[in-house]
Formats: sequence, C-alpha cells, structure tokens
Amino acid sequence: MGLITWALNPWGRSVPIHIAWYLIWVCAIAGLLFMMVHALYVGIFAAPKKFAKNDSAAVTAAIPERVPRHSLVARAFHWVMAISMFALLITAFLPKVGVKFDWVTYHWIAGLVLTASVLFHIVHASFFLDFWSIWPDKIDMRDAKRRLLRALGKDAPPPDRFAKYPLENKFYHAVIVLAGLAVIATGVFMMKRVNTGILVRNPYLFSDMTWGMMYVLHGLAGVGLIALIMVHVYFGVRPEKLPITKSMIFGWMSRDFYLEEHDPERWSVEKASPPQKGLAAGDD
Amino acid sequence: MAVIRDVMPAFDLLQPSTAADAQKLLQQGGEDAWVMAGGMDSLDWLKDRIKKPKVLVDLSGIDELKGIRTTGDGVEIGAMTTLTEIANHPAIKTQYGVLSQAVELVASPQIRNQGTLGGNVSQDARCWYYRGGWPCYRAGGNICYADTPVGRNREHAIFGANRCVAVHPSDSAPALIALDAKFVIQTPKGERVVDAEDYFVGPELDITHLNILAPGDLLTAIRIPAAWAGARFYFEKVRDRNVWDFPLMNVASATVLSGGNIDRIRIAVSAVAPKPMRLKQVEDAVRGKPADAATGEMAGNLAVKGAVPLQFNAYKIPLMRNLVKRSISGVEEATWA
Repeated sequence: MGLITWALNPWGRSVPIHIAWYLIWVCAIAGLLFMMVHALYVGIFAAPKKFAKNDSAAVTAAIPERVPRHSLVARAFHWVMAISMFALLITAFLPKVGVKFDWVTYHWIAGLVLTASVLFHIVHASFFLDFWSIWPDKIDMRDAKRRLLRALGKDAPPPDRFAKYPLENKFYHAVIVLAGLAVIATGVFMMKRVNTGILVRNPYLFSDMTWGMMYVLHGLAGVGLIALIMVHVYFGVRPEKLPITKSMIFGWMSRDFYLEEHDPERWSVEKASPPQKGLAAGDD
Repeated sequence: MAVIRDVMPAFDLLQPSTAADAQKLLQQGGEDAWVMAGGMDSLDWLKDRIKKPKVLVDLSGIDELKGIRTTGDGVEIGAMTTLTEIANHPAIKTQYGVLSQAVELVASPQIRNQGTLGGNVSQDARCWYYRGGWPCYRAGGNICYADTPVGRNREHAIFGANRCVAVHPSDSAPALIALDAKFVIQTPKGERVVDAEDYFVGPELDITHLNILAPGDLLTAIRIPAAWAGARFYFEKVRDRNVWDFPLMNVASATVLSGGNIDRIRIAVSAVAPKPMRLKQVEDAVRGKPADAATGEMAGNLAVKGAVPLQFNAYKIPLMRNLVKRSISGVEEATWA
C-alpha cells in the first residue's frame, strides 16, 4: 500500500499516475486528531497565557476602541479564496469517496478563481501591505522558545505579546502558501489535459513521468489542504480565537483584545484613526 | 519480459446456484469480485491479464436468471437469457420486435448463443487504448489517449465526452431504452428498479464504469412494459463488417401513430456517446407531426445539434442525422417490425 499509484505507460515504463486515494482519509483523520488533541490540551493541561507587558499610558491612550486589522480588500480576498478552496476540495474529493457528480468543470473554474485571487494577494501584500508582517522574525523565535520552556515548567522570562500575527498563524500561512502554490502551479498545467475552452488541449506537453509527478504533487498538496483547512476552521471557531475571526468579517478587533494579545511596539496602530490609515502595519 | 497471453491470472472461481447467493458473494468480494455472465467480455479482459480480480462469480449456473416470462404488464427477461433465445422468442418478435432485431445483430451466432442480455448491456467500452491496458482515465489513469491530435478515434464519441471519449458498445441498450425497459438490480440494501436510460452512466459521473452497478450489485432481470407492445419499431445498426462487428452507431425507435401523426415516440442511439442516448428533445419535437420525410429531416438535424467530433469521427454527424431521420420516416429497404 504505497503513497503513489503507478502504472505502465504505453512504452512499458512505470510512471506515477496519482496519489493513493486512501490518503484522503489519512489527512482527514489527521486533521481530526489534531483538533481533538489540541482541544484536550487547551482544556485540561495548558496554563493561562502570560505575556510581558510594559505599555506606557501614552501608548495605550492612543489605541482606538476598534483596532483596524483587515482592510475590506484583504477581507474580500480571504473570503473569495475560502469559497474557492472549499469548492476545490468538495469537487476534488467527494467524487473520490463515492459522491458522484459532474465535478470537472466546477473544479477548474474554482481553480481559476483561486489562482486569480492568490495572484492578486501576492501583488497586494507585496506592494500595498507590510509584506514581512506574516513571516516569522527573530522575536517570534525567541518567544516561541520561551513559551515552550514555560509550558514544560522550566524557568524562562514571559514572552512578548504578538505582532500583528501570532507565530502559529505565520507558520500556518507558510505551509498553506506552499500547498496552495503547489496545487495552483500543477493545476494550471493540468488544465492543458482537459477541454476547458480556454487553453488548447495538449496532453503531450510533458512526458508521462513529468505529468505523473505533477498529478502526484497536486494530489499530495490537495489532501494536505484537507487537514490544513480543517485545522483553520477549527481555530476560526475556537472561543479564544473568535475576535480574530470576527476581525476577518468586520475588519477590526477590540482595543482590549488588541492590548491583551498584541504588542503595540510590534504592531503599531497609533495612526489608526481614521480607521483605514491604520492598515499600513500589514494585512492579510 | 515476454507478455503472457491467454493464461488467466489466478482467482477464486465461485459458481452460485441462486441469485441471492451470487449477490452475497459479490458483496463479500467487493471491489475484488468480478461478475461473469456469458463470458464474452470477461474472458478477453482476463486472458489479456488486464483485469485481475481475486474472485470471479460465474452466473451460468443460476437458472432463475434465465428465461423470458410473460407478466401482467409485459415481459420479464432474466439477465442470463441468451441473445439467441431473445431473438427467437415469439412474444419478443411479435410484440417487441425492436429488441429481437437489435440482439440479432449482435456479433456472430456463436457469440449470441453464449452472450446474455445482462452481459450485453453491462459490457465494457471497446476503446482499444483502454482495452490495451494503457493507463487512461477509464483505467484509473490521467489521460485519454484517443482524444489526442494523433489518437485513433474514428469509433469514439461525438457527444458526452468528459475526458474519456469511449462510447457504449451495446446494441440491445438503445432498443431497451426505446421500449422504456426497467432494469432490476439486487443490491446489498434490497431490490432496486431503474429506468433503462438511468442504468448507464457517463464519465462526468463515473469515469471508470459504464453503468451504475456498484460492488455487491447484481443485475437480475429486465422488464419490458406492455405500453410499447406492438408499436412501430425501427432498429438500424451501422458497422464496418456486416458479418460481425461492434456498432459504429445504432438507432432504435418505438412509435405509436394516431391518424398518421406521431402520438408517442421514444428514440435512442448508441455508440455516439459514453452512454446510450435517449433523444428526448427529438421526441418532443416530432410528437404530433406526421411520420414522414420532412419530420425525419427535422429530427435528424435536431439530433446532431451540439455534436463535437474528434479528429477522425466527423462522419458520425451525418450518419447520426440520417439514422435518426430513418428511424422516424423509414427507408424503402427497411421493413417495419
């Protein structure tokens, strides 16, 4: 029982054709197990969060009641991407587990929507937002070490509060960037294999081996996204994360939550009023 | 390494004597079980060592699946009834002539003696890339070798292609659709009866199967209602070799006339799409019109709307246009059944 399904091509060469479909269940179960373990850990074992705080009165006074976090454009991107991602997962994997419907056209259309939205996001985040705000920095790594030591009962100073994004959020983003770009890059080429009316079909664009590897990479990234999306939704509905989720709907988070979780020195919102100007610190 | 041909891979041969036992054995075997009716399609797959089931359930010893029975509402044909028996059965010949015509044109007399109705409607696609064991979509792979600039696709689909362009090869299927037959399937959850046209499935829904049978399902009988008994029937099959070949295309129609006009009609064609196509739009368009050449012409033109030919099968468009026309208005050389 391998990870990849192989076949003999017309020239007798063994080539990969796709992933083994049981990996759908492996990833779904992995996502479910992660959620259960995390929920148990947070509910029973985890100590309350404790951050180092030394905000001056002047700094806190400058924080508005509603701290702008995501611009309308950024929120629109997020939800368009979310809808297309759900459409892609549904059209890709439900037929594989026995729910039969005409999925191909919906799948590639959703894929094009995802591709367009991600391209937009790359440009938007690179040139109009703080590109580096979503990538881990030295303070994140230092604080991660402190948090780990404290969780293990060791002596360590309390970590600073987060910048705009918690480290876990940044890691998640990095992983989903990899998986997302993998499905997009391979998916765009795979559109040359089916009749779409957009590209001229050419199944011989690559060798059987290259096509096979492309299908495998598409599949691996795809099943990986099952677990990633499950975990994302799970965190989105966890009570302690709801202020972040709401900010992706309404665009802002409360002053109290901001001061509790975020370090004004690492994520400045002093220029936040009027609200739209406060988005210069980075958005996603 | 030499390819071993004509030596079947090892499997457990199970020969149940009742349909219930057969269904249970198929259910136990699941994806690894292969159901064999007359063996006309199965033995090719097995001897070519392309399909390698672990369990083969041979239905030939199940008497309850054989024979033609008259019921209160038509006839019921056991799935294991041979094509020869159907072709020669008096009630089929006189009341449902389109079916006897269709099965009489299947393959050769020897094959019709051995081949069954259930097997004929459940046989697999004839695309040679698929039958050759290549890893195409229908075989679970990721390419259609026939739908390429150099693919040999003269016999392939002009309708309903969805990655795979293979066509359904059955001759009896369009006749059964024209007769509004019902397929009786024993499933792990009990008996299921489906309309003939719903028995077949296209690649948009299931690219590796031509019908809806799931592991553990067994087609046991085909019921033909009396509603179309004695109607005016038409069946025509076009093939490369008239002595013995699969269809390049076939058409079947059942028509009830009223005062020279078409009162009721059902038309189906096969070998134009991955599943036999019932032409409902054509039926709606010709209802109430005289069964003459003008109506046939209009029906033929309507039937081919939306056809998408491949590199080498554009001839199927005029062929289909003319077959549909003839199924309504008839031809001099054809006789009404």
